[in-house]
Amino acid sequence: MIEEDEIDLLLNDLYELHGYDFTHYSRASLKRRINRLWALDKFPSFAELRYRVKSDTDYIKRFVEELTVNVTEMFRDPQFYKTLRTEVLPTLSAKPFIRIWHAGCSTGEEVFSMAILLREARLLHKSLLYATDLNPEVLEAARKGIFALAPMKQYSENYIHSGGTADFSSYYTAQYSRVKFREELAEKMVFSTHNLVSDGSFNEFDLILCRNVLIYFDKALQERVLTLFDESLGPLSYLALGAKETLKFSTIQAKFKQVDSEKIWRKMK
Amino acid sequence: MAENEVIKGCKAVLIGGSTGSIDVLLSLLPALRSPLPYALIIVLHRKNTADSNLANLFALKTSISLVEVDDKDPIVPGNIYLAPADYHLLLEQDGTFSLDDSEKINYSRPSIDVTFESAADVYGPSLLGILLSGANADGTNGLKAIKKAGGYIAVQQPESAQVGFMPRQAMLTMPVDYVLDVSEMITLLT
Repeated sequence: MIEEDEIDLLLNDLYELHGYDFTHYSRASLKRRINRLWALDKFPSFAELRYRVKSDTDYIKRFVEELTVNVTEMFRDPQFYKTLRTEVLPTLSAKPFIRIWHAGCSTGEEVFSMAILLREARLLHKSLLYATDLNPEVLEAARKGIFALAPMKQYSENYIHSGGTADFSSYYTAQYSRVKFREELAEKMVFSTHNLVSDGSFNEFDLILCRNVLIYFDKALQERVLTLFDESLGPLSYLALGAKETLKFSTIQAKFKQVDSEKIWRKMK
Repeated sequence: MAENEVIKGCKAVLIGGSTGSIDVLLSLLPALRSPLPYALIIVLHRKNTADSNLANLFALKTSISLVEVDDKDPIVPGNIYLAPADYHLLLEQDGTFSLDDSEKINYSRPSIDVTFESAADVYGPSLLGILLSGANADGTNGLKAIKKAGGYIAVQQPESAQVGFMPRQAMLTMPVDYVLDVSEMITLLT
């Protein structure tokens, strides 16, 4: 089990030597992730773990990927997607062009869910979905549009609960234990690395989705990221967060109005 | 140490449970009197649908403020907190909660071990952990961590539990400070 001062040493190495700043991540969760990785990779001591992190650049990729949580699913919280369908997309439909940012998209399940919503609303042709994450490896997986077959039954149920009326399996072809989603869904996606801790705004969006990413940050970093989102949102655009995340303690709250009881806020000024 | 001395020294009380635990809480909650000198934190295995019904059901049974935790909510003594479905609930050194949607532990999210272990880090000896009815081995490692940090641990008496496996699993692993039926649990907590 790692000690608090050892976490500080490790985080300092990661920042000084590799440019990844985890010092404003939620500490309790980060500690669990480091202990998990310590056990998984069978380091006999902290000194050996630290040496590997300091000296092995290939291992850094794995370390950072495992330190961050990459659990995601398609149409997670179906009611949220239903509100996107019924309340959000209709207000964007008159726009000549729709820009959407998935911040912290991980392996891309939510980006593909969004593309399906846009297609069913006949808006996909004039939309652009920017999908970013700090891990290049997960973006590589997302870009391919290939997912495990096993959870598709659950995703299909989520899709139906979100108000979907098509046959969900018509969106992919199954090969052995994997499925590949239709190319046309991915045509409007742009994948790129972006670190919410250190990178700035790169465009103005009509909708930013950042779900279950802020929970891993402390309040100071949450505030930085929410300000970054505010700067990246045009008038009457939307910000969507995870089911247990909130704007309630944030300085940007006053500019935003919550849509229904979902974790979707509209920028009013 | 006398039981009322134990509860006086506690800044937080954790209750973890699985199958058969909701009934225990429905008996326990009405017996608690305001103001509670500690924060009461409840972690139950739940269906992963975002059903807010459980918090509503519990809130009806007590006059004490009971909320399902949002990310970074402050931990305030006198309140009752329920871990939300589909997230692990952790405690931070600065006295706030944080949430985590990483892999399930013991087939469970929220996992009792996760919350108990992180609470042991924060509260050390000023903590009481109670493990209720269940058919899963979750919670045993969490109680072990609380004990190691100098806190107190209790389990529901297996014979009085709807499913005795979970408390029994803990008792097989380590000596526990208290083995309690529901009325004894109420006495300890009030």
